[in-house]
Amino acid sequence: MPIAANELERLLREGIPGAEVTVTDLAGDGDHYSARVVSPAFSGLSRVKRHQQVYAALGGRMGGELHALQVQAVAPEEISK
Amino acid sequence: MSDAKSRIDEIVSNNEVVLFMKGTALFPQCGFSGRAIAILDHLGVPFETVDVLQDQEIRHGIKEYSDWPTIPQLYVNGEFVGGSDIMMEMFESGELQQLVGAPAAQ
Repeated sequence: MPIAANELERLLREGIPGAEVTVTDLAGDGDHYSARVVSPAFSGLSRVKRHQQVYAALGGRMGGELHALQVQAVAPEEISK
Repeated sequence: MSDAKSRIDEIVSNNEVVLFMKGTALFPQCGFSGRAIAILDHLGVPFETVDVLQDQEIRHGIKEYSDWPTIPQLYVNGEFVGGSDIMMEMFESGELQQLVGAPAAQ
């Protein structure tokens, strides 16, 4: 069951404190997305812990109704201009 | 589920580099697993794969074991490293090469 891009964005914004979220629908089928999430909540966390926060925000949809999501979880201070 | 846990314990402790994936290294059954294999091939170190499609107990057990909802999953020296996105990030930064090239630290 596909999930809408704006619904995905909403879940991530609400689930991760201070998150700036950019969702891209990779295949145009509502089933393959990439999400870039920038949040101070990621500062000092390992990659695994960051991704686990992203998956937690999606409340069990990942691996179920949401099949394919590429995740980039970035702390604000890591953004190079 | 505890049976799955002990089986996974054994797999990750007996194999320095092991990828839980869909399909085999020659015939990955999912784009993400294929990407993970491409990265491991590039590293040029020996690695083991476990096809979760052939083993429902492992397929479900590994998600709980790692607290990670998706396949593929990479383990190095008994430690969970991540899925294909993390593998790609670490490959690009050189961290993955270091992780598998060096013997188990500590």
